[in-house]
Amino acid sequence: MLASGQIKTLKIDGRDVSAHENQTILEVARENGIKIPTLCFLEGLSVRGSCRLCLVAIKGSPRLEPACTTRCREGMEVETDNPELHQFRKRILELIFAERNHVCSVCVSNGHCELQALGAEFGLTHVEVAYQFPNMPLDLSHDRFVVDHNRCILCARCIRVCDEIEGAHTWDMMGRGKDARIISDMNEPWGESESCTSCGKCVQVCPTGALFEKGKSVAEMAKQRQFLPYLTIMRGGKR
Amino acid sequence: MKKKKLATVWLDGCSGCHMSFLDIDERILAVVEKADLVYSPLVDVKVFPKHVDIALVEGAVGNVEDLERIRMVREHTDILVSLGDCAVTANVPGMRNLFKKQAVLDRAYRDNVARAAGIPDEVIPPILDRVRPVHEVVKVDVFVPGCPPSADTIFTVLSELLDGKMPDMENLTRFGA
Repeated sequence: MLASGQIKTLKIDGRDVSAHENQTILEVARENGIKIPTLCFLEGLSVRGSCRLCLVAIKGSPRLEPACTTRCREGMEVETDNPELHQFRKRILELIFAERNHVCSVCVSNGHCELQALGAEFGLTHVEVAYQFPNMPLDLSHDRFVVDHNRCILCARCIRVCDEIEGAHTWDMMGRGKDARIISDMNEPWGESESCTSCGKCVQVCPTGALFEKGKSVAEMAKQRQFLPYLTIMRGGKR
Repeated sequence: MKKKKLATVWLDGCSGCHMSFLDIDERILAVVEKADLVYSPLVDVKVFPKHVDIALVEGAVGNVEDLERIRMVREHTDILVSLGDCAVTANVPGMRNLFKKQAVLDRAYRDNVARAAGIPDEVIPPILDRVRPVHEVVKVDVFVPGCPPSADTIFTVLSELLDGKMPDMENLTRFGA
């Protein structure tokens, strides 16, 4: 570990911990074995702070902050879990489940899905907000891969890995709110993309069944992520 | 101890949850020691009893008959259990919600039909605009997700309920299990 810059001392869940300059609350919590649930976060990619699952309470702060994007400050007192945070996180999961058509039972990623696993971890037995049932398309134009917008949670891991690791920047986000959609190139069919190298990194980092390999049936799409820390190290930590 | 009255109900689902219930195998003997199965697609009773202690409900609410039935079941039941993903989330039956009702009916009864095409107006109950999970229609007391929930899960939940306890669902099952 590089001792670069100033060392900060702070409290997480009542424990005294120290952080290097520029470290986030999430990084320091994980270094100290304190678990904070995440969904859009993936080690080796830039942070986005879009899923809000890692929200933590900071003493003196009027609002909750995402642990993945918030840098440690001297004397900070962070609380990573309490009944209110648990309830908020559960509700975030409900909102994600209700927003599109996840239908776990017939999903390629059934049993391998991060959203589904978090639901189980939080004891989510049902969704109290009304399911939206939006009519979302699938793009089957690529030779090897499929994007199923019904199962996309807009975590943007695909966008980040394609831009930061593969260097292709095929993926991006279009639209806002419930109309937001990941797009390839200038919203063209994936199979016609000139920038896509067909490396499949986006598929492997996708937390749900939104991106999957053709030919995979229900529950067959287990994602392989071993390449990411390896590639990050090979690039000297640079993105 | 007085035997409890147990019912099972089949709405818009594939009967897989009932099959999974039967998969408890010989443990059914432990169930019938504590409960009488007073109404179910598995027994030949046509009328729902005036009072039922526990009702396991499989399936989503997809048509007019489902809607009437679940309201009637709720009225006469103490503990209503949403059994399986169709009851809990609308699941596969709910996938028609992506389309308008008329488009769904046309696809089923006109577009792909070679002879005597036409939407039936008798015998088959009219479908609702939208398939809904049970708890959007009536109050649900226990949720058991899974497609289907395993026989072990169903037996655990049922045993707890028959012993007068509320089952702890944590780590027992999940959506799509």
